[in-house]
Amino acid sequence: MLIDWFTVIAQLINFLILVWLLKRFLYQPILRAMDERQKHITEQLEQADAQKARAEAEESHFQQMSSELAEQRETLIQKARAEAEAERRRLMEAAREDHRQLRLRLRQTLESERANLNQDIIRRFQGEAFGLARKVLADLADSTLEEQMAAVFVRRLEGLPDVERKRLAAALQESNHSLLVRSSFPLSPEQQKNIETAVKRVLAPGGQVAFKTLSGPAEGGQAGGIELTTDGYKLAWSATDYLDTLEKRVAAILEEEMDKAY
Amino acid sequence: MSLSTDDIIFWEYGFVKLNATIVLTWGIMFVMAVGARLITRHLSSGIHISRWQNMLEAIVSGILQQIKEIGVQKPEKYISFIGTLFLFIAFAALCTIIPGYEPPTGSLSTTAALALSVFVAVPLFGIGEKGLGGYLKSYLEPTFIMLPFNIISEITRTLALAIRLFGNMMSGAMILSILLVISPFIFPVLMILLGLLVGMVQAYIFGILATVFVAAATQAGGH
Repeated sequence: MLIDWFTVIAQLINFLILVWLLKRFLYQPILRAMDERQKHITEQLEQADAQKARAEAEESHFQQMSSELAEQRETLIQKARAEAEAERRRLMEAAREDHRQLRLRLRQTLESERANLNQDIIRRFQGEAFGLARKVLADLADSTLEEQMAAVFVRRLEGLPDVERKRLAAALQESNHSLLVRSSFPLSPEQQKNIETAVKRVLAPGGQVAFKTLSGPAEGGQAGGIELTTDGYKLAWSATDYLDTLEKRVAAILEEEMDKAY
Repeated sequence: MSLSTDDIIFWEYGFVKLNATIVLTWGIMFVMAVGARLITRHLSSGIHISRWQNMLEAIVSGILQQIKEIGVQKPEKYISFIGTLFLFIAFAALCTIIPGYEPPTGSLSTTAALALSVFVAVPLFGIGEKGLGGYLKSYLEPTFIMLPFNIISEITRTLALAIRLFGNMMSGAMILSILLVISPFIFPVLMILLGLLVGMVQAYIFGILATVFVAAATQAGGH
């Protein structure tokens, strides 16, 4: 007999027991271990992914920071350069300004020195010129400079054009026939008389003439001359005109010299 | 000369008897269970594992993969049954390299028992998956006329499974016995090698067929 039923049943039971044993000792532990390993690997991969993402985030963060730093540095350098340039310009400007001020002051000093010199020269010239004229007149015409001045003044008074004479007469009328003759030197009684006579003859026979001697240019007087004043009118002869011309020439020469020096 | 290990009886008391088939099966069961226990006692779920664990993992995952490829939805649920079928038959065949050993699967009783277990287990799995009504309905598909044919198919395929395994196992052992009698010693060695191969193929076929039946019974369509 090929099939023994008792053996069949026994083998069936044996097989079921084997199924249980293998399930207990083989499949379950092995599957569990494999699942755990799978889980473990998945977790590690996830962790690695997370770490990678974090690292990438940090990397981009640091890159951003580094580029920001570079930008800041560039900005600072440019700012510093601009400031240095501005400072340089300011210092240059200040130096130029100082230079200009110094030049100006120097020029002013020189100008004032020149003016002083000018005046000095003029004063000396004046003295010299008058001295010379006086000497020449004394030698040649047996006359003093002052006499000549008074004579010239009288001639001028007498040679006044009609229009001028009328105006002067009108002014004299206004001031109650009082006239003032001022001179830079003391007039002799003869000269005073000559002038008075001329005034009376030319302007008004009843005019009162007063004389006054000025001590010098400081008093606003003539450098060397005579003037006649009444209310609102003035008639003068003076060497100032000549001296003015002289002064101008001297000034021109000095200017030229100074320009040469600078 | 005996054709079946059933005929080698060590102890008998009426209906109850202890023959070589049962004893050999116990031996195989013992070796497999103890071996699995020894290896799985110190399992590691880390990266470094022992060679034995590696071997068992390869076997288990290979079986799992095969079951999955055939189309069973939850291979973990059925691996105990299908995997044990395959491993028992394969191990029984593998042990033929031991001199004097006769595979218990060469006994028609054993193969009948295995086929019966498939015969019983397949409907149980089907009911477990789809419920009793759902499973019984699959017999009426595509129409109720197919009911007798479905029942016949269910029985015959169990019978076919049993006979197939028995025939192959027994024939291997029988050819070996005959050749041992008539030929020199070299030739039977080749036949043992062939027997090993046939045993493995049979284990694979038996497991695959059982899986196909399980898949058919548990799939939603029931076809």
